[in-house]
Amino acid sequence: MDRVITLDLEKQTVREINQFLHHDLGESSARVEILNPFGVHNIAVGLDAPVEVDIRGHAGYFTAGMNKQARVTVHGNVGWSVAENIMSGEVRVKGCASECAGASGHGGLVVIEGDASSRCGISMKGCDIVVGGGVGHMSAFMAQAGTLLVCGDAGPSLGDSLYETVIYVGGAIHSLGADAREEPLTADDRATIARLLAAARLERDPGSFKRVASARSLYHWHAGADHKAYS
Amino acid sequence: MCGIVGFLAKTPELRANLGEFVVPMLTCMGDRGPDSAGLAVFESPTPGLLRRYSLFVPRSDYNWNDLRGRLMAHFGGEIDLVARERHALFTAAVDAATFRRHIESHEPELHLLSAGRSISMFKDEGHPKDISASYGFTKLTGTHSVGHTRMATESAVSPAHAHPFTAGEDFCLVHNGSLSNPYSIRRKLEKKGIRFETDNDTEAACRFLEWRMREGNTLEEALRQGFEELDGFFTLLMATANKLVLVRDPFACKPAVVAETDDYVAISSEYRALAHLPNARQANIFEPVPEQIYSWTV
Repeated sequence: MDRVITLDLEKQTVREINQFLHHDLGESSARVEILNPFGVHNIAVGLDAPVEVDIRGHAGYFTAGMNKQARVTVHGNVGWSVAENIMSGEVRVKGCASECAGASGHGGLVVIEGDASSRCGISMKGCDIVVGGGVGHMSAFMAQAGTLLVCGDAGPSLGDSLYETVIYVGGAIHSLGADAREEPLTADDRATIARLLAAARLERDPGSFKRVASARSLYHWHAGADHKAYS
Repeated sequence: MCGIVGFLAKTPELRANLGEFVVPMLTCMGDRGPDSAGLAVFESPTPGLLRRYSLFVPRSDYNWNDLRGRLMAHFGGEIDLVARERHALFTAAVDAATFRRHIESHEPELHLLSAGRSISMFKDEGHPKDISASYGFTKLTGTHSVGHTRMATESAVSPAHAHPFTAGEDFCLVHNGSLSNPYSIRRKLEKKGIRFETDNDTEAACRFLEWRMREGNTLEEALRQGFEELDGFFTLLMATANKLVLVRDPFACKPAVVAETDDYVAISSEYRALAHLPNARQANIFEPVPEQIYSWTV
């Protein structure tokens, strides 16, 4: 990285900073320091460049949303919906994340080094999410593709109405949601876990995780089922 | 969407400057609720029979001193008055039921916002920043405070529909969310003779909890029953004379974040309302989990 650019949210608005990141970075690679985030929302959303961004402090909602290519690191906690709809690149949170981390993410990697709150990975569509701590209730709800790896515990109703996302949990699972089931861990799973742990720079035993995937019983309407219970 | 804020000062220095900490939080949460706002502040309890009564009148040319004269003539004895804009705080040696009956029957223009030995309360229409300025919130002192910024979604925008809501004495509640069964709770309580002042859903939660406490439950016990009775989304922040209490519903769809240091407990819908408090970055910051009762005592 040849250049370091320092931006300060005490001196500039989040809109000015985001417009700079969208339009004024130039062709060469750069590293950007964002100071004094003070929990402000929408920092570094919509990036589409191979830039490295460090946010020094706690950030607010939607941090690094819709990210493409960029590697964004938050040196603190984040509010709701960090890296929502991430397309590629990497978003890393050194602290904890509030609800809906990585929601609807299509690609790339989201790393929460601390805990993530409820609905982590809700409706994820192909990104990978690695959580160093635990996740709250309804995580990976309706998750369609990609992998959620949780090193700690998972809260109630994990993987409810799951499609093809696979979930790995290192700690205890409070409860599984509808149509989510625990399955045997295969050699392929261990390789996937090892790859994600390495990408997230976390050290855990890949063999110590549980695999949760969809039982696929909600995929189709069961015409022959007895629906009288609902009439 | 609405915003909630709460602050409990642990040191005499912070208590003397309570308003200076609360106003920026309330102003910041104006982004979540710009149509009206309210603030309840709790101070050391008044001695003996003295009670604090916060009154609101929906016009700005009201003569509060004349009212003080009428109240002294009716009740006898000294009555203290601090008036500002459309709000006045009376301190009188009159019990709450008698005072309320008198205001309702003789002063129909007035709204009794709160009653108790510790609580005083303000609420009005407008942006929280403007309300804070017009009522001089920065000068307020006290042990703890609860505030709300409203973006109405289910009932009218009016000072009466703004939060906090109170019931009984020295109890108030603010709510971010919406209840889906306020009318069934209301019908149940009305059969027990409990009266409502608005059609706001939060008032149902407030009166339900106060009813349980009057029946002998602690606030924590009342809240456990509340989890069974209240249907909908809620982050509720409540205060009594010596407590600040926070809960989120089982789905936790409405946000809350807590920052605690040796000097204070601060609560808000969003961290950015807490970010400028002293030593906020070193505070113990956490997100309350669903259906757990968080309680701090003064």
